[in-house]
Amino acid sequence: MSTRAVQAFRHDGDTVCVVRGLTKTYPAVRGRRGVPATPEVRATDDVALDVRRGEIFGLLGPNGAGKSTLVRQLTGLMRPDRGSVRILGHDIVRHPERAARILAYLGQESTALDELTVSLAVETTARLRGLDAKRACAERDDVLDELGLTPLAGRPLRKLSGGQRRLACFAASLVGERPLLVLDEPTVGMDPIARRAVWSAVDRRRAEQGATVLLVTHNVIEAETVLDRVAVLDRGRVIACDSPSGLKEQVAGEVRVDLVWRETAPLHVPEVAALQDRAVESGRRWTLRLGPEEARAVVATVTGGAAFAALDDFTLTTPTLEDVYLALGGAVRQGLVKA
Amino acid sequence: MSVVPADVLPGAALAAEGTAPEPAALGPRARLWPSLAAVYRAQLSRARVARIPLLFVATFQSVGIMILMRGVVDGGSEARAVVAGSAVLVVAFVALNLLAQYFGQLRAGGGLDHYATLPVPPAAVVLGAAGAYASFTVPGTVVTAGFGCLLFGLPLTHLWVLAAVIPLSGAALAGLGAALGLLAPRPEFATLLGQLGMSAALLLGVLPAERMPEAVRVVRDLLPSTYGVEALARTFAPRPDWALVLGDLAVCGVVGVLSLAVATWAYRRAAVR
Repeated sequence: MSTRAVQAFRHDGDTVCVVRGLTKTYPAVRGRRGVPATPEVRATDDVALDVRRGEIFGLLGPNGAGKSTLVRQLTGLMRPDRGSVRILGHDIVRHPERAARILAYLGQESTALDELTVSLAVETTARLRGLDAKRACAERDDVLDELGLTPLAGRPLRKLSGGQRRLACFAASLVGERPLLVLDEPTVGMDPIARRAVWSAVDRRRAEQGATVLLVTHNVIEAETVLDRVAVLDRGRVIACDSPSGLKEQVAGEVRVDLVWRETAPLHVPEVAALQDRAVESGRRWTLRLGPEEARAVVATVTGGAAFAALDDFTLTTPTLEDVYLALGGAVRQGLVKA
Repeated sequence: MSVVPADVLPGAALAAEGTAPEPAALGPRARLWPSLAAVYRAQLSRARVARIPLLFVATFQSVGIMILMRGVVDGGSEARAVVAGSAVLVVAFVALNLLAQYFGQLRAGGGLDHYATLPVPPAAVVLGAAGAYASFTVPGTVVTAGFGCLLFGLPLTHLWVLAAVIPLSGAALAGLGAALGLLAPRPEFATLLGQLGMSAALLLGVLPAERMPEAVRVVRDLLPSTYGVEALARTFAPRPDWALVLGDLAVCGVVGVLSLAVATWAYRRAAVR
């Protein structure tokens, strides 16, 4: 091991997770009948991250950016081709089995728990996390109560709605205290009440136990509201890593103008025709990223005169993390969710 | 930290690493028996929640086969083989076929990740599930054996031997089912292998061995369910040869230990990719 590597590994007690040079390549798949061939894919490409104690650290990117592959390597579920992962001083690449004793992982699938009742799913998970029978039951009751799941305790997971099932799996990931929670899109399909229950449960664990959270998301609104810091992933690479506000400063000079036309854009209006090249069109919607002065001029044009008759709706917004992603050269135009 | 470059000194990497804070304490490991019990209990509850209808199908299938065979065989050693074969067929159906499907689907659906990110010994997951599936077979096997004895006029005296036949052939077949399910690259393969295993147990177990060609008899001897069938069939004799019964059960036990060990290895392999 070189000196540099040793220094890179030194954690000052405030870094929970140190990732260096993490690379994983999926081999090319030869096509079969009905299945097209896929070329070699670099799912994570030389990823470096430092997650600090007590923060909610996010991995943001569109579907297929490599978020889940990265998380599977951090949780010891997948062996990287190269690179190192240290969690609280433990080498997870060399000892993947230790990950289970340091972190709790909420994956995207619930197959293992689907046919159990909510109560038994949580209790069994607690037992398998090393708790004795009495503590497992006590923690089960506490967490079901905390998340408002007690009325559903006797129902099997697969009879629940998607959001309720997700909440039950989240409950299972909370039993048996762990210093690091790795949550892969925990709030998918949840209603606002369930989401609030998730984030207040997370906050309680940060405040009371100093827990750290690594969150995978493709929801930009959620990322902006809950994350302390965020790494933006694109095609397996980290293209930026900062606080959400820090990232947004990179595109602070821009305003986003969305124009929705009634039927088609009034291209006979010269000012509108001039904008067409710069607009990202999706159906009746045009999205433009402009300087504040220019944006004002555009709004004035479309809300007065001939163009107004063709206009259905317009919005003027400050940049979101989605704009950051696109400004940084993110390749995928669709895939990030605003909800 | 020393000003001497770390890689000049032998063992320096260790010393330099020692200056970093100690790695954090690990959470507790789940011990084998408590976690096995927890997995077993959770799996057993699936029968109630999911009402695995195939448990009933297994019994109906075996009872139907016996009724069909009633017209073909008329007692003696052939009747014993049919009843014993039908009873053990229930075990093959549930423990081999259904467990192979379950593990195949669990692996394909990412369900193994749940267990793999918990500090639970692989053996606890495999043995807990295998034990539960072997338990699912108890009612069907008992009903089938009892009904068969009445149908063919065989003595019910030694049916207590099911208390050894079910767990031991259950271990052998569930181990095989778990291993097939966990090793199959795709869930369809797991289903296919499970079905084939069950069909083999059906054809080679229920049909009387005396009428089979030599090559088929060799295959029959290679199938673990055969020894469960033989053990049960022998106890229907007027004076059972208990040494041979014990011998057959011992084969089931050994196959059970081996196949469960293979299944545990397969689980470990499937969990970390």
